[in-house]
Amino acid sequence: MAKLKLALYWAAACGGCDVAVLDINEKILDVAKLADIVFWPIALDFKYHHVEAMPDKSVDVCLFNGAIRSSEQEHIAKMLRSKSKVLVSFGSCACFGGIPALANLTTRAEIMERAYIEAPSNENPNKTLPQTKVSVPEGELTLPELYDNVLTLAQVVPVEYFVPGCPPTVDLILKVVNALATNSLPPVGATIASDKTLCDECDRKKEKKMISRIYRTHEIIPDPERCLLEQGLLCMGSATRGGCGALCVKVNIPCRGCFGPPAGVFDQGAKLVSSIASIYQTNGKQDIEKMVNELVDPAGTFYRFGMSVSMLKRRIPQKT
Amino acid sequence: MTSKVTINPITRLEGHGKIEVFLDDKGNVEDAYFQVVELRGFERFCIGRPAEEMPRIVPNICGVCPTPHNMASTKALDDLYGVEPTPTAKLIRQLHLNAFYVEDHYVHFFFLAAPDFVVGPDSDPALRNVVGLVNKVGIDIGGKVIDVRKKCREIIKLIAGKPCHPEGGLPGGVPRGITEEERKWIKETADYSVEFARFALEIFKQAVLDNKEYLKLVLSDAYKLNTYYMGLVDENKRVNFYEGKLRVVDPSGAEYALFDYRDYISHIGEWVEPWTYIRLTHLKKIGWNGLHDGKGTSLYRVGPLARLNVAEGMLTPLAQKEYESMYDTLGGKPSHHTLAYHWARLIEALQAAEHLQRIADDPLLTSKDIRNMDLKLKRRGIGCLEAARGTLIHHYETDERGIITKVNLIVATQHNAAPISLSVKKAAQAFIKGPEVKEGLLNMAEMAFRPYDPCLACATHALPGEMPLIVNIRDKHGDLIRSVQRD
Ligand code: SF4
Ligand code: SF4
Ligand SMILES: [Fe+2]
Repeated sequence: MAKLKLALYWAAACGGCDVAVLDINEKILDVAKLADIVFWPIALDFKYHHVEAMPDKSVDVCLFNGAIRSSEQEHIAKMLRSKSKVLVSFGSCACFGGIPALANLTTRAEIMERAYIEAPSNENPNKTLPQTKVSVPEGELTLPELYDNVLTLAQVVPVEYFVPGCPPTVDLILKVVNALATNSLPPVGATIASDKTLCDECDRKKEKKMISRIYRTHEIIPDPERCLLEQGLLCMGSATRGGCGALCVKVNIPCRGCFGPPAGVFDQGAKLVSSIASIYQTNGKQDIEKMVNELVDPAGTFYRFGMSVSMLKRRIPQKT
Repeated sequence: MTSKVTINPITRLEGHGKIEVFLDDKGNVEDAYFQVVELRGFERFCIGRPAEEMPRIVPNICGVCPTPHNMASTKALDDLYGVEPTPTAKLIRQLHLNAFYVEDHYVHFFFLAAPDFVVGPDSDPALRNVVGLVNKVGIDIGGKVIDVRKKCREIIKLIAGKPCHPEGGLPGGVPRGITEEERKWIKETADYSVEFARFALEIFKQAVLDNKEYLKLVLSDAYKLNTYYMGLVDENKRVNFYEGKLRVVDPSGAEYALFDYRDYISHIGEWVEPWTYIRLTHLKKIGWNGLHDGKGTSLYRVGPLARLNVAEGMLTPLAQKEYESMYDTLGGKPSHHTLAYHWARLIEALQAAEHLQRIADDPLLTSKDIRNMDLKLKRRGIGCLEAARGTLIHHYETDERGIITKVNLIVATQHNAAPISLSVKKAAQAFIKGPEVKEGLLNMAEMAFRPYDPCLACATHALPGEMPLIVNIRDKHGDLIRSVQRD
């Protein structure tokens, strides 16, 4: 088989998805045997104009991580789409917006105000704000402009596959590599992870216990063997796709849903609310009010990684 | 006529960055600007989140150095809830932090920094990478580094679930304890790390100290910057990554300030320039007076060399010996030689490895007492520690329910941003003369910011490759005259 041409790109991301690729450690050599990396800005010196010059569909697979929040990122997403046969939405930011999409709960103006005017250690007597174009004595300096909203890759271009995770685990990355090596990719549109929920792969004891209070993580020491939700901790397992190996739950921390909704679930938050409602003991309106009070940050918890695709804040692209 | 040289893309902080170098009509360097071109707004969008969720949100600031963010945030929660972590919790946190130091410092050193001086700063770029390094030294260093990295990341995984996005971190403790079974392999990793640390220093000595040419470069003015320094020290004024007071020394090495980091606002100012998304820190009492070093400067540096400069010694015995020998060679303390950051980084990695050993031997490590539940919300919490690249401060304020109302973050690359601009300017002035910029010289300029490891470098340094670099030389209309590029 001819060597595959592989591209990797990061948009609005933290770099963790790129580092996760390195976490396959010595197996990176297998990847090198299988594929030539033609574009990977974080690691290799290929420039945008190199990619621009490539013929359409000349890249076999592009792993695209990070969300879209600037015109530059949208432009590169479109370019990589047309150059690639297979475009993979890699990691939770590309798939669902990820943590950067929490910014959709606020506006760019508010972000600038907080960062440059209000922050307590600032010394900014003239209320300077960073500008897209600035003249300095020697010439002109430019900065890119940011969108008000953070978008997923699939909200900008069509995508063949989704690999969730913040970041995707080594097992999932190897699964993708193997599928490529053996030419056995799933049907287009598939999410490469489990089709079940995280609860299905979690081995904590579930006793069908009802709860009468929701606790925040600092408020109790949970039993290490029992289901966290049944101990009153808001664990997103029932509203989250499996495939991570229950990493957070194993360190006694409730899931925050980074793998996104499981197959067939449209909205992660709505699903979780129904899970909580089914185990929260209520005898009338008072108890429901109490429950709502105990859910201190529903938006930022239910959509911790999924604001861009949530019912709450599904936004349309907004040009600036 | 002024022309412009763009070095892009470079290193990540909150996103991507670039360096613009301006040349005058003769082609000499007039000025250089290190620009951070992305802003993600954590300080705004964390408002409304429950404080205890912060250690799970902030690692996303940077997937390359997520551990320090997770832990500075956790320490801010301790302060917010007026609680001391249990001794075992503190040990487990430091186990996590030191494991991170070992892997992060080595990946930087071997994949990013070492090829320059082991293979040679102006050698063929095709050889100036980890492969060239392996050929030159004759052992499989690459494999060893991957190995030590993997082992340390196993420790992080055990404690925090995911090395790229550590989870957990609770006020007063940690969510998961360590078993005797786990102690055994942790100890093996610690021993292995110390052994590796000594081997790394050996390579450094052979490559640098035995090479007069390179030593001359380290000590040259092109790579020298006279600034203040800042870092955490313990009560004996030794280097401490996890806790202590912030100490600032002036360019002569005298103590300028020693303060509780909760009082950082009286000492650190953040200046806003319209040409970068990063806020430029400086010593507030001196006041912002622009991008220059030497007399009257209010700039300070952070990171490995800064930490050694502000301290009176190292925390562990083997590292202490290396510390003494470094300052002997550099001609005393403080050292303003930017390239010595690399050396300091290796000494710190040795301290981190020795500290891992100490923790692995501590009987308290496996105690079940991992959380102090005596929490009293104070509505204001400040956490500070030394991230691999320098001092990191997280400052939160909350309402009466512990919901975040204000966030202020000061990260390592912020403190170093202005000095990075200056370092590049100086090196560029020394090596770039006229518009014919030669490849080797370009690398000499690039070497001026590599020591800071300004975090996309965090990421680039993780691969056996070259730092991506392009320099565009343009005339005053912005038309490209020539492009120098690395393959
Ligand atoms: S709710 Fe959480 S702890 Fe309970 S079974 Fe599901 S994943 Fe496991
Ligand atoms: S437990 Fe939940 S938040 Fe943690 S890695 Fe798995 S899916 Fe992501
Ligand atoms: Fe970083």
